[in-house]
Amino acid sequence: MISLRINNKPVQFDGEPDTPLLWALRDHFKLTGTKYGCGIGQCGSCTVHIDGKARRSCMTTVSNTEGKSVVTIEGLAKGDQLHPVQQAWLEQDVPQCGYCQTGLIMTTVEFLQQHPKPSDEDINANVKNLCRCGTYVRVRKAIHRAAELSAQEK
Amino acid sequence: MRIKNHTSSQTPADLSRRRFIIAGSTITGSLLLGIPLVSVAANGAASNESSRIGFFINILENGDVIIGNAQPEIGQGLRTTLPMLVSEELDISWDKVRIESMPLGIVKTADGYTWKYGGQGVGGSTGLTRNWTFQREVGATGRLMLMQAAAQMWNVPLEQCSTKPGMVVCEPAGKQAGYGELVKLASTLPLPETAPALKPMDQYRIVGKPKHNKEVRDIITGKAKFGSDTQMPGMRYAVILRSPVLNGTVAGFDDSAARAVKGVLDVFPVEGPAPGAPYHILAHGVAVVANSTWAAIKGRKALKVEWSQSPNQDDSSEKFWQQNREMLATQGQVVHDQGDFPTALAAAHSVVKHTYEVPFVSHAPLEPQNCYAWVQDDKAHIIAPTQSPSGASRSANAVTGLDRLDIKVEMSRVGGAFGRRLTTDYVAEVCIISKKTGWPIQLVWTRDDDIRNDFYRPGGTHELIAGLDDKGQVTAWSQRLASGSKYYRRPDMKDEDLWKPELYVDDFPRAMVENFRLEYFHNFIGLPRGSWRGPAHVVNAFVIQSFLDEVAHETGQDPLALRLELLGRIEEQPYGNHGGPTMTPGRLSRLLKFVSERIDYSRPRPKGRGVGIAAHFTFGGYAAHAIEVSVDSKGEFTIERIVAAIDCGFAVNPNAVEAQLQGATIDGLSTALELEITVNEGRVVQKNFNNYPLMKIDRVPALFEAHVMNYDDTPTGVGEIGVPPAAPALTNAIFAATGVRIRKLPIADQLREKMTA
Ligand code: FES
Ligand code: FES
Repeated sequence: MISLRINNKPVQFDGEPDTPLLWALRDHFKLTGTKYGCGIGQCGSCTVHIDGKARRSCMTTVSNTEGKSVVTIEGLAKGDQLHPVQQAWLEQDVPQCGYCQTGLIMTTVEFLQQHPKPSDEDINANVKNLCRCGTYVRVRKAIHRAAELSAQEK
Repeated sequence: MRIKNHTSSQTPADLSRRRFIIAGSTITGSLLLGIPLVSVAANGAASNESSRIGFFINILENGDVIIGNAQPEIGQGLRTTLPMLVSEELDISWDKVRIESMPLGIVKTADGYTWKYGGQGVGGSTGLTRNWTFQREVGATGRLMLMQAAAQMWNVPLEQCSTKPGMVVCEPAGKQAGYGELVKLASTLPLPETAPALKPMDQYRIVGKPKHNKEVRDIITGKAKFGSDTQMPGMRYAVILRSPVLNGTVAGFDDSAARAVKGVLDVFPVEGPAPGAPYHILAHGVAVVANSTWAAIKGRKALKVEWSQSPNQDDSSEKFWQQNREMLATQGQVVHDQGDFPTALAAAHSVVKHTYEVPFVSHAPLEPQNCYAWVQDDKAHIIAPTQSPSGASRSANAVTGLDRLDIKVEMSRVGGAFGRRLTTDYVAEVCIISKKTGWPIQLVWTRDDDIRNDFYRPGGTHELIAGLDDKGQVTAWSQRLASGSKYYRRPDMKDEDLWKPELYVDDFPRAMVENFRLEYFHNFIGLPRGSWRGPAHVVNAFVIQSFLDEVAHETGQDPLALRLELLGRIEEQPYGNHGGPTMTPGRLSRLLKFVSERIDYSRPRPKGRGVGIAAHFTFGGYAAHAIEVSVDSKGEFTIERIVAAIDCGFAVNPNAVEAQLQGATIDGLSTALELEITVNEGRVVQKNFNNYPLMKIDRVPALFEAHVMNYDDTPTGVGEIGVPPAAPALTNAIFAATGVRIRKLPIADQLREKMTA
């Protein structure tokens, strides 16, 4: 039995300990906002926060998160109050198919903590998620907008 | 990849026919095919709910309106754009609208099945155009019936009633009522005999205005349900180990280790098609069913399968390209010949000739293929991420034998499609597994499965030849193509028709050049093939738009001027391929001039900087790109600026059109930069994004303009139009900056290699 916190609630996982966190979240905890795109850490669709750090959940087993705190896209907004990054995504109408977007948002949330006023180069160097639909033009705008919104919030 | 179903050209008189049809008449299927059934509650076929008017409109008491959308949502935004059409004519506030996804609707006729509420399926950029008139009529009919209800209730003549958003008003009587109060009565009224007149465009409040996607909030909070997110009571997970060799079969397998994996429930072979036979699924394999995705994947890893010999086990890309070159040295099938090409070429003042290679590529939607199904003795339930719900129904019918009326097909949101989900092999697979086990099954494809089992865009080698007179005018043109046709393994396909999906006769510049010839050679390789966003347009636009640049440079002409001269030769041409019936070259010229001006095309640039342009007509729509690159001495290049423009006639939702143009441009560039599927010893070499590397944000310049330019009042398709010119605009820019011509895609390391050689 593995104990961890997901979206601020203590939970237990009684499946196979070598299960990647991604599949534990999706199959066991029914948190399907975290997506599978590659399983090898390339696409970033599966990005969640583990103890505040953006991590690819396909690359870590659930047993590695024992005692840790995991935040998924479902835990990002505070009730109806969207996170500033989500708010920026909404304003810029970023998604096309939408499949990569939750991972992109989770990546961006942590990225903006490291780079509160990012340049385009910062974005290029750090946001490595894949979007097959090519929403990158709006992603870039939304990241800059999210930085503004986050600054206003502080 | 046109989906044949309803055309939206019905006359108003058709409305009564539609009602007749839904009442269960047995007119022949061909007449019925795709005629949308604007139903009324009077016949009870739509719903018993008194809040509904027909299939698409559900008005709640508080005035909120739920609009049904019957089309797949694959990221093109149709689930927002089509309800805009209904809402406009129904006359409601856009912010009161919610969207509901409708299942596949089919009804049985004397000689087959037909659509219950209009054709369903997206492909060939027809999702909007096929529904443009129909969906507005749905809204207008709903509005008329609400006015009729009000007239009846107030006992006033209908002519005195009109609407403002969400309510009917009768000014002479000083009365008004919200739609929510009227819908109960309206839903009992008979369908009007003729379709009401549609609004003139200048009165549009919703259509033509940029609207945000209605589902963004669900997507960004993780609530949107994609196919792979389906979870049902008692559901098990399945993966299939498919033959790694093209057309391999299972000779034997040892599943003891797989069955020993905790959570694995069952292991059994799945039979694929015979080599050369049409595909119902892509490959032979062994299925592993488990109580979690991870157990299924682990079980599959533990499987030992012995694969049989395959007729394709020696296939390789190297051989394929070599054979293409050998073929091009011979005489092929002349599939179009106009004027006298050989004589004109012999008489030409100058001749330009070059060869281009365009590789096989994979669709690689970010959500791999998957599907949910529960096949029971007398019925089946399917939730499919698909472009073709009727294809899903047919696939399920083919492998279960169930009547299609007993197969319920629902559509999830789709995590990208790009043509991959026009085929429904994954539906057949999951139905086979569910039927065998009796369990509700979610079929999971891993990324490897998805990249190595695809209906790939055909690869080919193109030889282009142009003859010019002494004034530099093109007088003769020929394209000779050796490729693996998309129609490979289509049922009942004749060899002499294999060229048809690879060369579109009416494409530019056939109509502009008097002496013109197309020649085709079919080469064999065991890779499955299919439609990839914009199919052959993407390939041929690269070839033709690159070659035009070469012709211009080699004959001392300006690439833009040469294009404008050719496009200016005729005003309008018949266009017999999908996207016709006509093509107006001037619309391409307009876009070319526009993007060239925006990027300051004629300004001289320093060495290492260059601008490239290209334009193409695809499926009724027009697009052009101008791209500026910088290249350093080692051949590293940076895309500095992109100007893209689309003319889709009339943009119903300019915001969605802009998004599609941005995405299509990036798709075109991403594919040209690094993407290629190769085969070695009968196996697909690429497995995942590490060796099929999609473009990331770092190569997309911050200077990126996407212009949506209306032309008239007729919308054309949008989804594919922006792809074809992107790649040649890039390689033309690279040439302008360096003098290095890229004649083979992907670009990959070619420039580095050439500049450091
Ligand atoms: S699924 Fe984890 S990075 Fe792609
Ligand atoms: S929106 Fe489709 S993959 Fe990013």
